[in-house]
Formats: sequence, structure tokens, C-alpha cells
Amino acid sequence: MPTCFDTLTPLARAAVPDHATAFSTALVLWEDTLPGGAHWSGLLRRGTTLRLTDLEGRANVSALFFNQEEKTERYNMPDTLKAQHTAHLTRGHALYSDMGRVLCSIPDDSCGWHDTVCGVMDAAATTQRFGEANYQQHRNAMHRNGLDGFLVELGKWGLDKRDVVANVNFFSKAVADEAGRLRFDTAHRAPGQHVDVRFEMNVLVVLSAAPHPLDPATTYAPTPVTLTAWRSGTAAADDVCRRHCAENDRGFINTERWFL
Amino acid sequence: MSSTLESKLNPADAVIDEICLAGDPWAKVVKKGQTLRIVDIEGNQAVDTIFYSAADVAEHYSLTRTIQAQGALYLTMGSVLMSSEGRPMMTITADTCGRHDTLGGACACESNTVRYAIEKRYMHSCRDSFMLALSHSDDAGSDIPRLTKRDVVSNINFFMNVPVTPEGRLTFEDGISAPGKYVEMRAEMDVVMLVSNCPQLNNPCNGYNPTPVRFLVWDPV
Repeated sequence: MPTCFDTLTPLARAAVPDHATAFSTALVLWEDTLPGGAHWSGLLRRGTTLRLTDLEGRANVSALFFNQEEKTERYNMPDTLKAQHTAHLTRGHALYSDMGRVLCSIPDDSCGWHDTVCGVMDAAATTQRFGEANYQQHRNAMHRNGLDGFLVELGKWGLDKRDVVANVNFFSKAVADEAGRLRFDTAHRAPGQHVDVRFEMNVLVVLSAAPHPLDPATTYAPTPVTLTAWRSGTAAADDVCRRHCAENDRGFINTERWFL
Repeated sequence: MSSTLESKLNPADAVIDEICLAGDPWAKVVKKGQTLRIVDIEGNQAVDTIFYSAADVAEHYSLTRTIQAQGALYLTMGSVLMSSEGRPMMTITADTCGRHDTLGGACACESNTVRYAIEKRYMHSCRDSFMLALSHSDDAGSDIPRLTKRDVVSNINFFMNVPVTPEGRLTFEDGISAPGKYVEMRAEMDVVMLVSNCPQLNNPCNGYNPTPVRFLVWDPV
């Protein structure tokens, strides 16, 4: 019989909690506000969830994920989409590494669609779209771009441009027509929307809150996002992501074997 | 966003004319101005391909830059394949297939365990072909720089059809390529081309029967 959760050994199954943990303020570990345009990186350990909240309804949070214990293992957009037959991310989805493991997953999402195919803007595209706004004249209101935000944070961990792969753009939605032409859905975002990203491994997280490349806005006005880290535990036996499809059942088995 | 155009180039004039057998890797330098043709000899064969700048392999094909530049997901006549630094690498100048994928990535034995069964771990895969090719990339006599796992970025799947629906579903469809279909592109910089002629047997991307492909390169006229 092919390996699945129900055929695991008693010890392997005992490492998985029976039921999911619901969010409560008593479980919060720390909170921070990421200003629009700013970048951040840090370690989110297995069993921790990062809740991202779009405070004003115009946020875009570009994200890259690496296994902190072996940083050549990283978020893999194609493997994520193929395993779940989806071209966007929302509740129930797992974010796969190139090694067949679940780096993190989305057990809760009030937004419904997060882009992972459009990438980030660079400095030239940002200047072309919004005009020049440098540090000398604008101080911390200067225009920042997603690519340079990634590169600054990656450099702090010994990583560089070779590690900029297709990223997630939380809160952003781009829809393809039959010919594959993309349209950014400006009506998709709303103030107060949140997404929970639960870490199934010890993950180096790199975030950049600069504008999405297909957002038609011509004024540079990225908005802030609240980061709330809370102690959720890992995906339970009855978890919405684990139970989403047979592929995820196997992906979580691969992930748990890293820690057994 | 999907059109075809035949080429006037004569295979007898090609400076490179090589066959890559089913399931094998292939790596080659293509110079700026040269034209590359990939022929799907028997039809329905996915050709997993990554381009690198020969001058600096840290600059590589970028699916997100390519999608941003054309505002569309699929590769076809006129598509410009963009680098991670936002520079044109290749321009598609002839295409008898009409649509090529850049979202589906390459198969790997690790992702096969997720997609099909944990027990499929030991079947041959594109990533293993890439790993073998890049491990030998700087062997004595090679003109290709050293590449490592970090350089295995998202690839193009020539001749593969992976439509995205307006609802955001990803589907794997068969049947737009056929025996003898080809795609041709002009190099806009000196590139290293890394290929896995896909050995996947678990889905219809190769019609459940991987087959050889042919690579031709012409000097500028």
C-alpha cells in the first residue's frame, strides 16, 4: 500500500498534533508593523504562524522562503502550483520547497488569492512608473523597490541574486485570460484582510512590501502591514492544508521526516 | 497571444545539428546573433530549458521578468525571454507549435514523491539530469562555467501546454505539439543553454513515452 498518513508508524503519527490550534491573543509571541515599501528578514521556527494583516487595503508583501538549516532548499513556485493544480495561493495550500517538503502553509486566509507568478519590480521599473524619489531629498519616504529589498535582506544571510526565485506576492491578484494575458485586480484588496502563514520547518523569511509589478497605480503609496507571530503548533492530523489533497498528505510526511 | 510562423533556415547550413536522446541532459553555448531551433521530432516531448548569460551565469532566465515584460503567461512567436537583470536573452523568431510553458518547472524525484507516490522517489527526473549536467559543466575541455544547485531556477518547457484558467486553476493539457513541430529563437547575448529532455513517465507531458529532440544552431546570415 502506498505510504500515506494513515499507514505511518505509531511514533511518526504521534509527532503530529490531533487538532489544529485556533488563533488567540494569548498565543501571540511578538508583533511588528512593516511600513509600506520596507523590507524585513528573520527566522520563523517550526510551529510558529506569521499573521500578515493589510491595514489599509493596498498592501503587497513579496516573500521568499528558505530552509534555514540548508539554505539551498528554497520556495519553489512550480512545484507548489503543480502539486495542488492551482495558479494562485489561498487557504488550504502548502508552499513547497524544491525538495518536496512543505516550508509553510496557509490554514487561514480572509483574502482568497495571493499571486506567485508576477515577481517583483526593480529600481528602473519603479523609477519609470513612479518617478525618482531618492534618500537625499526624501529621507525614509524614498521610493523602494521589491528586488532591492530582497537583495538587501538576502545579503545579510550570505545569499544573493542567484537566490531570487519566483516569489509570493501576498494580497495581490492577477487574473489570466484564455490567451494568458494578465490583469491586476484592484478591487481584490480591502482594509483588515489577513493571511496566516504557518511554518512547518525552521524557515528564513524575506519580505518586501514594495508595490506589485502589475499594480496600475501611478502614485507611489505602498501601505503598512502588521506582522503577528503566534504559537500555533504544526499542521494537525485534521488540518485543512494536510487534508487539501493526497499530494499535501505526502508533502507533510516528507516534511515531518526531516524532524523525526 | 498564440500564433505560428515557419522558418526559412535550411538545416544543411546549420553549424550545430545534434540529437538529444530521451531523458538525457544537453548543454551548449549559443552566441549572440546565432539562431537556435529545437525540434520535437516525435511530438509531445517537453524540453526543460534554462538559459544563463555566458559572461556571468548568475544572470539567468527569469520567468517573472519575462511575464512582466509581455504581461502574459505563455511563450509564443515574438516572446522575448528576459534575464534576471531585465535584459533580453532570446527572441522567438519562428514557431510551428504556438505555445510553450514557463510555469510548470521541472520534475524532480523529490516532487515526484509529492505528486505521485512516496515510492516514486527512484525514477529518473529532470532535476537529476540538471544535477548531472551541472556537476560536469566545468569538466576539462568544457566551455561552460561551473553551475550549482542554486543556479537551477525556474525553466521553460518548450512544447508543453499548461493553461491557467481565469479562476486560477492550473491544468495540464495534452496535444498542441506534434511530430516535427519546432521553435526557433535568436540569441540576444551569449548564452549557456541547459536542457533536460524530460524523462517523466507519470503524466502526459511526454505522451507517457519520452522521445529524442534535435537542436540546430545557425550563424547570423
